[in-house]
Amino acid sequence: MTDTGQAATAHAQKRGIIDTLELDVRLLGMLVAFAAIALVFTIWTGGTFVSPRNVFNISVQAVPVAIMACGMVFVIVARQIDLSVGSMLAMCSAVMAMSQATWLPQAMGLEYGNPYILVITILLGFAVGTGMGAITGWLVGYQRIPSFIVTLGGLFVWRNVNWYTTNGQSVSLTDPHLLMFGGTEGVLGAPVSMVLGVVASVAAVLGLMSARRNKQSHGFVVKPAWAEGVMMAMVVAAIMLFVTWLSRYPVPEAKLKRLFEARGEVMPDGYSAMHGLPISVIILIVVAVAMTITARKTRLGRYIFAMGGNPDAAELSGINTRALTVKIFALMGFLCGLAALIAQARLQSHGNDIGMLEELRVIAAAVIGGTALAGGVGTIYGAVLGALIMQSLQSGMAMVGVDTPFQNVVVGLVLVIAVWVDIIYRKRMGLTK
Amino acid sequence: MSNTARTPLVEMRDISIAFGGVKAVDHVSIDLYPGEVVGLLGHNGAGKSTLIKILAGAYQADHGEILINGEKVEIRNPRDARAQNIETIYQTLALADNLDAASNLFLGREIMANGLMNDAKMEAETRKIMGRLNPNFRKFNVPVSALSGGQRQSVAIARAVYFNARILIMDEPTAALGPHETQMVAELIQELKAQGLGIFLIEHDIHNVMKLCDRACVMKNGQLVGTVKVDEVTDDDILGMIIMGKKPAKAA
Repeated sequence: MTDTGQAATAHAQKRGIIDTLELDVRLLGMLVAFAAIALVFTIWTGGTFVSPRNVFNISVQAVPVAIMACGMVFVIVARQIDLSVGSMLAMCSAVMAMSQATWLPQAMGLEYGNPYILVITILLGFAVGTGMGAITGWLVGYQRIPSFIVTLGGLFVWRNVNWYTTNGQSVSLTDPHLLMFGGTEGVLGAPVSMVLGVVASVAAVLGLMSARRNKQSHGFVVKPAWAEGVMMAMVVAAIMLFVTWLSRYPVPEAKLKRLFEARGEVMPDGYSAMHGLPISVIILIVVAVAMTITARKTRLGRYIFAMGGNPDAAELSGINTRALTVKIFALMGFLCGLAALIAQARLQSHGNDIGMLEELRVIAAAVIGGTALAGGVGTIYGAVLGALIMQSLQSGMAMVGVDTPFQNVVVGLVLVIAVWVDIIYRKRMGLTK
Repeated sequence: MSNTARTPLVEMRDISIAFGGVKAVDHVSIDLYPGEVVGLLGHNGAGKSTLIKILAGAYQADHGEILINGEKVEIRNPRDARAQNIETIYQTLALADNLDAASNLFLGREIMANGLMNDAKMEAETRKIMGRLNPNFRKFNVPVSALSGGQRQSVAIARAVYFNARILIMDEPTAALGPHETQMVAELIQELKAQGLGIFLIEHDIHNVMKLCDRACVMKNGQLVGTVKVDEVTDDDILGMIIMGKKPAKAA
């Protein structure tokens, strides 16, 4: 009897703290799950799992899925689905690979390594991605074909147009600049990373402060100053820990020697350099921040959520839901182009099967991150966290020697269990959505 | 009486619309004067909601014209209607359940600052207007799905009232409300009427019509049975119009 009483009080107090900090309970749940996964694998692997090198790898590997998952949040929130993202990624990748290897050097006569190749290739990839997405959006929004059907068709069409574009061959990335989006080939080094970390921390603190001031100026109740301070400290600690950790991952000596030789210099004795932040992770952070701002602070985002909550209400409020649908899918396509740039750079080539089954991982990441398939509910940070959780699981299982089939079995089970737990939680809390 | 001399606020002339061969509205003409409440009555499927959705911009008439203050206007979509200061409270309320009260109130007309939405300002404005309409309203930071029927109704009403409506369309505003809230809506209608707004009221409850409306238009099978002044007829006359589709002999 006393036990239950104490438990109830403890529970109430715990909720009190979470409420005071205005923490999203669902986010907290995901962070706890993420921490648990990390902890289990860290113990299991004797610490290798959280080594700077592995953290670096997990981050880099999660980027393409995480970037596409950001777009998928908007698509699913608007009560649509996009099954073609893996094929769109492949199509963008094929166009960019062909552009840098064949079209620009041979047809336009640009020399290898010419910076124009980089710029034109990237623009071409983004344009193709945005275009494919816009076509999907037009068919769904203006022609009223269900998005499940349009994008299921797109899955077949783009996968095989990709095949035709490259004749089914792998195309290696010959343009040296393109590789910088891949990971170990494009890092900022420790000093720049640390500076960026400090800049990001300051920006985060200023952002929290300005939001607080805006609320106060309209006379709303804000959380106590200490709670705000704790929030700021936690955010800054997370940013700095991540940056510091990646800044402890050394570049192999052999590679440093090669770099010096390429410049015609000799590496000084005892020279070392750290990886620091990879460019691809910076791109993901920029995308996630931009998409979060879009979702919360722009009309576009508000209308997407309104349309997901009640399409008729959105229409009656004067929102052009058809054009909005085109925008949502075009944005999804653009992000597929961006993900393609990073995925092919990491693999250092375009393979025919690039992005195969990614659509399912992307949808899973969004759903694990709390996006409701019924529409109207979803967060960008949740989707990014979902992608990280899936990648960590897979990476951790690979490290402890779980066979590939079982890795996929576990990922599938986690998807179902995550949604199940969420449903139980909502039932307990008496929430409808 | 004095109505005939003035220009109507709204005049819908000879409006027709058909859906796949079914004439939902068949050559109907109605008008509305400032400071007047006109009730629209009829069975389900009589064409009241369809007629009013044409004015609100949700549908486009196949035939006929709409005049606002004597001038012909084109209302092609809900944005056009809003530009004419026509606000609508739909029977379904047309609220996005996943958004909070402020987001719903300003949906499509957000207050912006430096290219971004100013949520704090919108919430402050929402608190102001709700303080006037429904002082007990406290749930500003939860999705409207968590609100009671009456609270949701007051959000929908606030949305229509906030933006200086001249013409208000209310589609069964009290259908889902308890007696206390119904009384609140009735008082609001009187207040808005006194401010000079014109109100179209779709209503099934004859007693509400007799109490709130100045005139009543009765529709049956897409056609207008007739328009009567409420104080010149009895509720039995109106019921006769609704059920039999017959105009009482004494009404002009």
